[in-house]
Amino acid sequence: MAAPTDLNIDHVAHLARLALTPEEKAKFATQLGDVLAYIEQLKKVDVSGVEATAHAYPVFNVWADDVAQPGLPVEAALKNAPAQRNNMIVVPKVVE
Amino acid sequence: MSSELFYKPVSELADALAAKTISSIELTQAIVARTKAVDPKVKAFNSFDEADALAQAKLSDERRAAGQARGPLDGIPVGMKDVISVAGQPLTASSKMLANFVSPYDATVTKKLKNAGAICWGRLNLDEFAMGSSTENSAFHTTCNPYDLERVPGGSSGGSAAAVAAGEAIVSLGSDTGGSIRQPAALCNVVGLKPTYGLVSRYGLIAFASSLDQIGPFSRSVEDAAITLGAIAGHDPLDSTSFKTEIPNYRAELAKRKGPWRLGIPKEYFGAGLDPEVAAAVEKAINYYEKLGCEVKNVSLPHTEYGVGVYYIIATAECSSNLARYDGIRYGHRSKDAKDIVDLYFKSRAEGFGAEVKRRIILGTYVLSSGYYDAYYLRAQKVRTLIRQDFLNAYKEVDAILTPTSPTPAFKRGAKADPLAMYLCDVYTIGVNLAGLPGISVPCGFSKGGLPIGLQIIGQPFQEAELLAIANSYEKAHDWSAQRPNL
Repeated sequence: MAAPTDLNIDHVAHLARLALTPEEKAKFATQLGDVLAYIEQLKKVDVSGVEATAHAYPVFNVWADDVAQPGLPVEAALKNAPAQRNNMIVVPKVVE
Repeated sequence: MSSELFYKPVSELADALAAKTISSIELTQAIVARTKAVDPKVKAFNSFDEADALAQAKLSDERRAAGQARGPLDGIPVGMKDVISVAGQPLTASSKMLANFVSPYDATVTKKLKNAGAICWGRLNLDEFAMGSSTENSAFHTTCNPYDLERVPGGSSGGSAAAVAAGEAIVSLGSDTGGSIRQPAALCNVVGLKPTYGLVSRYGLIAFASSLDQIGPFSRSVEDAAITLGAIAGHDPLDSTSFKTEIPNYRAELAKRKGPWRLGIPKEYFGAGLDPEVAAAVEKAINYYEKLGCEVKNVSLPHTEYGVGVYYIIATAECSSNLARYDGIRYGHRSKDAKDIVDLYFKSRAEGFGAEVKRRIILGTYVLSSGYYDAYYLRAQKVRTLIRQDFLNAYKEVDAILTPTSPTPAFKRGAKADPLAMYLCDVYTIGVNLAGLPGISVPCGFSKGGLPIGLQIIGQPFQEAELLAIANSYEKAHDWSAQRPNL
């Protein structure tokens, strides 16, 4: 019962850097079609002149003194790295 | 103190610890033994570290012996949702992505609990990355409702709710983005409090939707919720959205605030889709306040019907952004068969995330993408303003608002396979997050089938002391929490 939408799963999955199987794509297209059809009701609301809310309790311009604070030691910061060598994270080759 | 230490409230345990009729070691051992006995059925925990808990308990007992006890939570085991960092302990978000992650530091709430002497206990199950309303989206296992093991405990903080209901923790912490504390509390017959956005620091909480997430307590009494909130609330320079405000002694305020209150009943929360047994239980609770002498009046929150739609745009947009960090590079799951660095991102994310997380990343990326931002995300933010104004208008006439927490009692596992049906479980809790308000769920009865029902009380921003007092008044006259699950 998915309503027709503009949702192009291949394009969006690429933007999100997410590899999806053909089964996932078909399933998500239907399910998210239903969700987007439900969301369509927001178009009924008159929002002219209404400001957008980014945070429910607005706090603006939070400044901190520019003072160095102790951070994580290298060993602790790298503890969860999938691969490491010489205090650095190892990644696949980026340039040929 | 006799048997069933694990079901005693903090208030009573604190007195017993102070009088040295029990030790923290004894209490912690009782919790560990209870967990070992019932968790094979309830499955509230992803893991627990018995030796670490007992070591913390020993330190508590030593402090007390030296005359340096730190207050009511000193020596009390507090269960931790597995999205809150505890240094040296696993932090999985119930996701394969973080299956092997160990926290390098403490969340601010963890640090505050440790400073209060509490024992951080176990890693409690949830829907993966807190996305869901049943814990069925956990990558590891589904938690069972202690009142009916065939049914879900709610979610996403299902493990935190079930553990407290089953006596596997005295109190626990969860996080609430769209109802993830209040809904499981309602389904498991415990108290669950979502504080005002900004009252409790989010530093060290795995981010889902940063403009909505708040950490809060689960407990078996309102007084215990007040004690726990007092320990974790307060401004934190490490969370720039945390708010500078005076933190009252919530526990002491309970006795001082006796009403009568002006209470609003929003008709939009009592319409189609509300289970008749839930409606009846909530109406009885409303009658209690009327008999108490409260002024109970109808209020209108006209944009309620748009809440779920607004939420699933804003929450998924923020989640798609927050979860971009899981790319297989610095931490988390890394695919073993990627052919280059870009392929590594695609495959690590595909292998690490479960279906619901992927669905929400796709939806969130879509509503933020070029050409759709104004139609979806910006419009949703504007409707969010209207939803918040609805509440603030109502608060010109009333002190708090009473509603059901969940439209139905606990449902059976697998009953809501359709994502939209699952999203609608949060219809009564979502508005509170969008408006940044405090909300509490307190037990208010059982269905004929023996399933718990929750009353939601929604308060004004940073008025947790009043909200807790309103809830406490009802609880003192009823105490449904005393009905334990049969495990």
